[in-house]
Amino acid sequence: MHPAPSVIIFTTLSGLGFGLLFWLGLGLLAPAGWVALAFFAVAYLLAVGGLMASAFHLGHPERALKAFTQWRSSWLSREAWLSVAALSIMAIYGAGLVFWGVAWTPLGWLGAGSCLGAVGATSMIYTQMRTIPRWRTWLTPALFIALSLGGGALLAGQITFAVILLPVAAVVQIAWWVRGDRALARSGTDLETATGLGHIGTPRAFEPPHTGTNYLTREFIHVVGRRHAQKLRAIAFVLGYLLPILLLGLPLPLPHVAAALAVLSHITGILASRWLFFAEAEHVVGLYYGKRVA
Amino acid sequence: MTNLPTSTQRKLGLVIDLDTCVGCHACVISCKGWNTENYGAPLSDQQPYGADPSGTFLNRVHSYEVQPDRGAAQLVHFPKSCLHCEDAPCVTVCPTGASYKRVEDGIVLVNESDCIGCGLCAWACPYGAREMDAAEGVMKKCTLCVDRIYNQNLPEEDREPACVRTCPAGARHFGDFGDPDSHVSQLTAARGGFDLMPEQGTKPVNKYLPPRPRDSLDQTDVLAPFLEPVAQETKGFVAWLDRALGAL
Repeated sequence: MHPAPSVIIFTTLSGLGFGLLFWLGLGLLAPAGWVALAFFAVAYLLAVGGLMASAFHLGHPERALKAFTQWRSSWLSREAWLSVAALSIMAIYGAGLVFWGVAWTPLGWLGAGSCLGAVGATSMIYTQMRTIPRWRTWLTPALFIALSLGGGALLAGQITFAVILLPVAAVVQIAWWVRGDRALARSGTDLETATGLGHIGTPRAFEPPHTGTNYLTREFIHVVGRRHAQKLRAIAFVLGYLLPILLLGLPLPLPHVAAALAVLSHITGILASRWLFFAEAEHVVGLYYGKRVA
Repeated sequence: MTNLPTSTQRKLGLVIDLDTCVGCHACVISCKGWNTENYGAPLSDQQPYGADPSGTFLNRVHSYEVQPDRGAAQLVHFPKSCLHCEDAPCVTVCPTGASYKRVEDGIVLVNESDCIGCGLCAWACPYGAREMDAAEGVMKKCTLCVDRIYNQNLPEEDREPACVRTCPAGARHFGDFGDPDSHVSQLTAARGGFDLMPEQGTKPVNKYLPPRPRDSLDQTDVLAPFLEPVAQETKGFVAWLDRALGAL
């Protein structure tokens, strides 16, 4: 799949933003006044900024409101509703903290639930794709939610939860990678089922339909070199998981500086991991173009 | 609506005969010609005469080489367009309701004025049947020439999809798969028509007919035995040359 920057930024930042809002809504930390304003400003910058970035990959962003209509069938539509619900509820809850210093606990819990729902719906957009075997597993929502909760705990200063949840996310990430590498071969879809010619012999793509590129080849047939992918996985793992866990877990001087470094490292690592999420994903249409070794 | 209808009154679709297709791409051109100037936004081209030409097509012809265990490889030309699936995954992922499957005839269409160009339907299609138009920012796909097949202004013989009408080899057939007596249903039954990627669970309406078995090469020419090399053992100068070169 083509790793579009807008979608990578969207899933990474809004996942973090909703994660931070989750912890704020849960009520384990109840900042008031200016501190609360700072927390909520960061959360909304990430969540809303990510959602705005996602609009850049639309052909007609001016019609985006129509995307709210099909919540009965479409995960993208459900995601739109859950995001707006989470942002609205948490705005009211945040106003209570910032202006009156009161935590309306049930509202906060409802907001926290909506935040998890929004991240879950985002992950289901990818999980539902039977055409991309690497994504079609319950590990995908598990990874998105674990990362959102772990990263959110990191941003919310919930160190105890962060040092539990980030290792959990790291384990899910590794399981996701290991399973993903065999997913296309195990999906049962190959050039023989794609062409239906397997009963004659072994099919091989002889000639593409055109000499140039097209939308399909640009969007779906991005291939990342295997050596590159392994290096990037190592970078994503060290920056996204290992370094933040070490920075938080070890008794370092200047804990605030260590936490800030942990956040920066985490975001960079997750951006790399999310780039791989798209760049490594093999869409089965690539079989028709002879671009998949299944 | 992006929910799929539980059943459709008719199941219009195509039979594509892989035995007969000669790979001339006439269906590709006639499809682009008709559909760029009729239903919906035109099928744009980017740099058609430049260094990196690209464009939107609703129908494309691949070619595959099939190597049997014994005997010669076979070349199969393979036209591919929307299969108007009964369980079309492209329809249910659409967030705006722009993609829909018609109850009356089962054609899968895009209402372009509702399309936000998010591309999810193309992600969901395993066949690559949907292409985002780079100029218009909306999703384009085969309409089964919905503006031809019911068009009372056209002569009756033209009321079929442009690709079917134009195919010089007769490799494409159009009809109602909901009717077991239609010629497409009978052709599918007689020739063992099959689905592409059945494991994807899309239940395609369009069917492909497999290439008929080929004669194997050792049967083709009765004169072949007379063309065997006459001299098995070399003699004289050639034999000396053979030995001399072999000794080098």
